[in-house]
Amino acid sequence: MSAATDAPRRNPTDWRSDVMQRRIARRYASERMFKLAGLAAVLVSAGFLAFLLISMLGAGLRGFTRTEITVKIDLPATAPGLTPATVNARSLIAANLPGVVNDAADEALGPGGAALLSPGAWLTLRDAILDDPQMVTRVETLRLPASTEIDLAAKTGGSPEAEASVERLRKAGLLSTGFNSTFLTTSDGTDPTQVGIWGAFKGSLLTMVVTLLLSFPVGVATAIYLEEYARKNWLTDIIEVSINNLAAVPSIIFGLLGLSIFLNLLHLPRSAALVGGLTLALMTMPVIVIAGRNAIKAVPPSIRDAALGIGASPVQVVFQHVLPLALPGILTGTIIGMARALGETAPLLMIGMRAFIATPPGGITDPATVLPVQIFLWSDEVSRGFVEKTSAAIIVLLVFLLAMNGLAIYLRNKFEKRW
Amino acid sequence: MAMTEEQAALMPTNPKMTARDVKVFYGPKQAINGVSIDVDMDHVTAFIGPSGCGKSTFLRTLNRMNDTVASARVEGTITLDGEDIYASSMDVVQLRARVGMVFQKPNPFPKSIYENVAYGPRIHGLAGSKADLDVIVEKSLRRAGLWDEVKDRLSDSGTALSGGQQQRLCIGRAIAVEPEVILMDEPCSALDPIATARIEELIHELRGRYAIVIVTHNMQQAARVSQRTAFFHLGELVEYGVTSEIFTNPRQERTKDYITGRYG
Repeated sequence: MSAATDAPRRNPTDWRSDVMQRRIARRYASERMFKLAGLAAVLVSAGFLAFLLISMLGAGLRGFTRTEITVKIDLPATAPGLTPATVNARSLIAANLPGVVNDAADEALGPGGAALLSPGAWLTLRDAILDDPQMVTRVETLRLPASTEIDLAAKTGGSPEAEASVERLRKAGLLSTGFNSTFLTTSDGTDPTQVGIWGAFKGSLLTMVVTLLLSFPVGVATAIYLEEYARKNWLTDIIEVSINNLAAVPSIIFGLLGLSIFLNLLHLPRSAALVGGLTLALMTMPVIVIAGRNAIKAVPPSIRDAALGIGASPVQVVFQHVLPLALPGILTGTIIGMARALGETAPLLMIGMRAFIATPPGGITDPATVLPVQIFLWSDEVSRGFVEKTSAAIIVLLVFLLAMNGLAIYLRNKFEKRW
Repeated sequence: MAMTEEQAALMPTNPKMTARDVKVFYGPKQAINGVSIDVDMDHVTAFIGPSGCGKSTFLRTLNRMNDTVASARVEGTITLDGEDIYASSMDVVQLRARVGMVFQKPNPFPKSIYENVAYGPRIHGLAGSKADLDVIVEKSLRRAGLWDEVKDRLSDSGTALSGGQQQRLCIGRAIAVEPEVILMDEPCSALDPIATARIEELIHELRGRYAIVIVTHNMQQAARVSQRTAFFHLGELVEYGVTSEIFTNPRQERTKDYITGRYG
């Protein structure tokens, strides 16, 4: 006699009973709750994102524009030594263009007019003359960048005196708003109307190139070796644990490592994109190795069998079958690692990339700074004019990040195959 | 050794591969115990037996696919045309080109149909030119009985074909490198009866050109496609003989029990 036949006969289930109905109602209720909670989470994060973007764009977009004051400049009278034939960078230095601009401003805008213009306003005049040497023979009307006080007063409001000046200039029809091309073409400076992001942007670009060129091949090669070739023993176990731990090490530690090895031991140039890239590569590599190993593991073994079965050598199996199929996953890991590296500030401070760099780096060994460090430095500035520059730099950083990720996603989709 | 003198006399063989006292270990666990068998050039050999009896394991020793399993260890000798395939002088890559394999689950590369077939000849340098390669691809697909179905869409992905077509593509891919032996590891287990019949027909057509070894769960299939049958049980070769003999007049009690469906 089995236990089943011994058991008392069960009553047939009453699917319509109250208990059952309540249970079903509870089940639906919990499902609705879960759905609502998920929706709420999505809405909250979307709200935060929208808030971030709106506040950033609101403050930052002003950084891409500048207030300009229209000034009439009589070059034949104020710089008599200049002729179209003799115009070059050197002769323009001798012509004392800052003085020319100041005089013209005082004349056009009244006493104290020179103070309304940016200290670098003469650079606009210089570039205009270099563009068109014939200019030195005529009286020209130019739109010159205003000083920080005027710029702020015109955009958001400033001191009472500056606001009064703005009011006066506006009535005279001399005030206008132009695109701040300076911001995209120059480097760090002391006057907020003259600073630019190009130097930091180029520094970031060079650093990222160094990081990618080092961490991607080394990371992928490590992942392949560990997955496809290494025998499982205590040594590979230690390597695996170490790599996983490296991925979790705070970035400042990598900065200290870079400082002691690349600068103190190897005497590589300080503040250079080369050292920044090396340091960030150390940080990015574990991320690529982990993502790469997971992607390689996810390639179905049947593909390896198929290739081995018709006589492909292990190297052919890896490079012609496993790697192409694992590439999308590896690229995803690389995007994550590179995005982290691009936004990294702390380790770069340790190797001297927080220096004041007024000229864009020419190569990877020149002193450079990067976008996040530049943002950090500007956010620390006293002058109020840097506030919008900081936000504008953040926009540039985000655009850089989006472009980089966009490229990686494009590549990933291009290589993605279904099987 | 299960083969008696009498049986050996029944089987005038032209052995392509021979195995003598082969033992396979996975770590401490022994999977195959002392199997000796001759694979005949002129006949299709079927390995049958219940799940886990070691028939697939033994099949994979014939082209050294077990090398990829780190813990696997093979003892005994296996020869191909009298050459020891586990000798250090044997190049495993060349061996696998000479002893091709078709797997249980159709596993075409996620590449075009053409590339699937062309891959083997290309890595072995069997085609001198693109025209040569085209000829090889067509010939292989014709022999695999797939040409008429795919000739207009050679650039389509191999994975877009139906299961049966994929398996025939895999057979075509194996044929393309002109192997001497083709090992088939339950090639029809993932296919419907019509696709299965198509593959069985194909095995008939390929017989004689290649030595064929097929592992199968399906005894009717073994009876239909093979002329020689080996029955494996618990890692041992219980009985090996002419297929019709094995199915109608098995000598061993265990074979008889399996054939009649007592276990398996």
